[in-house]
Amino acid sequence: MIGLNEFLLLSAALFCIGLYMVVAKSNAIQILIGVELMLNAAILNLVAFGKYDKINNGGQVFALFAIVLAAAVTAVALAIILNVYRQYKTIDPSKINNLGD
Amino acid sequence: MTLVKIMFYILSAIALASALYVAAAKNLVRSVFMFFVTLFALAGLYVLALADFVAVTQIVIYVGGILVLILFAFMLSGRETLEVIQSQKSNFINLSKLPAVLLAVMFFVVMFVALRQINVNEADWVKTAVAEGNVIKPDTVLIEHIGINLMTRYLLPFEAISILLMFALVGAAHLSRKEPQA
Repeated sequence: MIGLNEFLLLSAALFCIGLYMVVAKSNAIQILIGVELMLNAAILNLVAFGKYDKINNGGQVFALFAIVLAAAVTAVALAIILNVYRQYKTIDPSKINNLGD
Repeated sequence: MTLVKIMFYILSAIALASALYVAAAKNLVRSVFMFFVTLFALAGLYVLALADFVAVTQIVIYVGGILVLILFAFMLSGRETLEVIQSQKSNFINLSKLPAVLLAVMFFVVMFVALRQINVNEADWVKTAVAEGNVIKPDTVLIEHIGINLMTRYLLPFEAISILLMFALVGAAHLSRKEPQA
């Protein structure tokens, strides 16, 4: 079978790509995609370690929880992005620099 | 080199390449659709890590829910979001992106070195799990286990997650409603 090291290396690489997207992108939706990529890297770690927990299934159950949390996060974040777009007519986070009212 | 390893390397190459494309693409639509490929490759990797239920959940929730939501938001927010991206300089090495690239690469180096030093395959709890036979084999049926554990051992986190999900739904509906004309 595949060892843990390969999974951890892959998820470290995915996490770094997500980190790059969060830092470098100038579009809120792309930043959101970067956050999702980082979350997926973490879920990959949970699943890979969950192989050594047959009785309690800790890793897999918490991977499920993390997926559901990611869905909730995305719904709220997209609602915020839509509102920001309605208010400022841009979704570049560095251009949103004054308060609403 | 077994078939499982070959599949693992193919899937991880697909995941890494498509994630890099998502990060580098100038076109937002292309990067969103490439993110589909990344998520499907990750679902395949979950299957190879012997977590088939998580893989199916990944496909249903991520690909069916989150990506469709992202596409909706991007289409509702108009073509201006596209122009922001396409007005950027089109050369691949952009000097303004250099700090971000450096940060990501150095973070990867840190994690790589840490992985080299820890050697997780020899960790204590992994060794005890292997010794006690507490390891998921390719032929174990896990779904009953997961269902029973979800309703007994992990009932409190489950309920907390469901309450949080309800908060998030109410909050999203409240945030995205039409403002009264004033």
